[in-house]
Amino acid sequence: MSEDLSSKYILQTAGFDARFPNTNQTRHCFQNYTDYFKCIAAKGEDFAPCKQFKRAYNSLCPNEWIAKWDDQRENGNFPASLEP
Amino acid sequence: MLQNFSIFKTIFNDAPQPWQLGFQDSAAPGFTGIVELHNTIFFYLVVISVGVFWVLGSIIYYYNSKKSPIVHKYLNHGTLIELIWTITPALILIAIAFPSFRLLYLLDEVISPTITIKVVGHQWYWSYEYSDYVNESGESIEFDSYMLPESDLELGQFRLLDVDNKVIVPVDTHIRLIVTGADVIHSWAVPSLGIKIDAVPGRLNQTSILAERAGTFYGQCSEICGVWHGFMPIAVEAVPVQDYLAWIDSN
Repeated sequence: MSEDLSSKYILQTAGFDARFPNTNQTRHCFQNYTDYFKCIAAKGEDFAPCKQFKRAYNSLCPNEWIAKWDDQRENGNFPASLEP
Repeated sequence: MLQNFSIFKTIFNDAPQPWQLGFQDSAAPGFTGIVELHNTIFFYLVVISVGVFWVLGSIIYYYNSKKSPIVHKYLNHGTLIELIWTITPALILIAIAFPSFRLLYLLDEVISPTITIKVVGHQWYWSYEYSDYVNESGESIEFDSYMLPESDLELGQFRLLDVDNKVIVPVDTHIRLIVTGADVIHSWAVPSLGIKIDAVPGRLNQTSILAERAGTFYGQCSEICGVWHGFMPIAVEAVPVQDYLAWIDSN
């Protein structure tokens, strides 16, 4: 059973990013969020490399922030350009 | 490792004791470093204090109008002694500063983490999010951690420290903590892991933890955040990786 679990869950998370070497990771989260939606706007939702950004922002951003930004994108008042 | 072969079993001190003066037992390399630096500096601090008070006491005892009535006429200036008592403290400060900065930057380093845990401070509880394994419908593990009220405590649980949902972490794994606040500034602190980091609304603070042994480590909110600031404790349970995976699986 233990073998199943280690293959079922890969222990992996967003790695070190040289753009964000500091304690303050706010921008690291936001950058990955905008990058994901820029990526899918350019390449389509099924483009696999875009998933990397999604995993990163899910790991880094508080769920409350993600929900708020998702709402803002729907309402068209997201405070950054998501044009590729 | 020694524990397994020794007939004397150690019980680690991972929660505060009544009238405790020293530190809790370390469970992370960072905290071991902090205690080490504290002890080293304290040794020199005691030597300096004894020296200073010895000199001060001698001067008070010997140099007074009865014992040496005209000493002020002859003892008014000495270049050598002034150089010594200026340069020696400067060297001591430098000797303390170097290991201190070394430790500070070591603690700052977030070494390629395996897991990210998000910690959010609320008035007045902590909530935790594990979002590395988001399932198909986009749900991640997310729970609130409230203090157990005194009436619900079972034998062996700590008053004002035990919580309903502990943070489960695997041992010997580099874990990234992303700490933020939802309303006011809180501070997430666990002495045994050597962590104290502010939870600031609108900002994500990053730190790294590495639990070296299994156990439950306790801490408290360390930034005054309102009336129940003292009643939002932190409990971290370090378990073997297999047990951690089983816990992930059950959530």
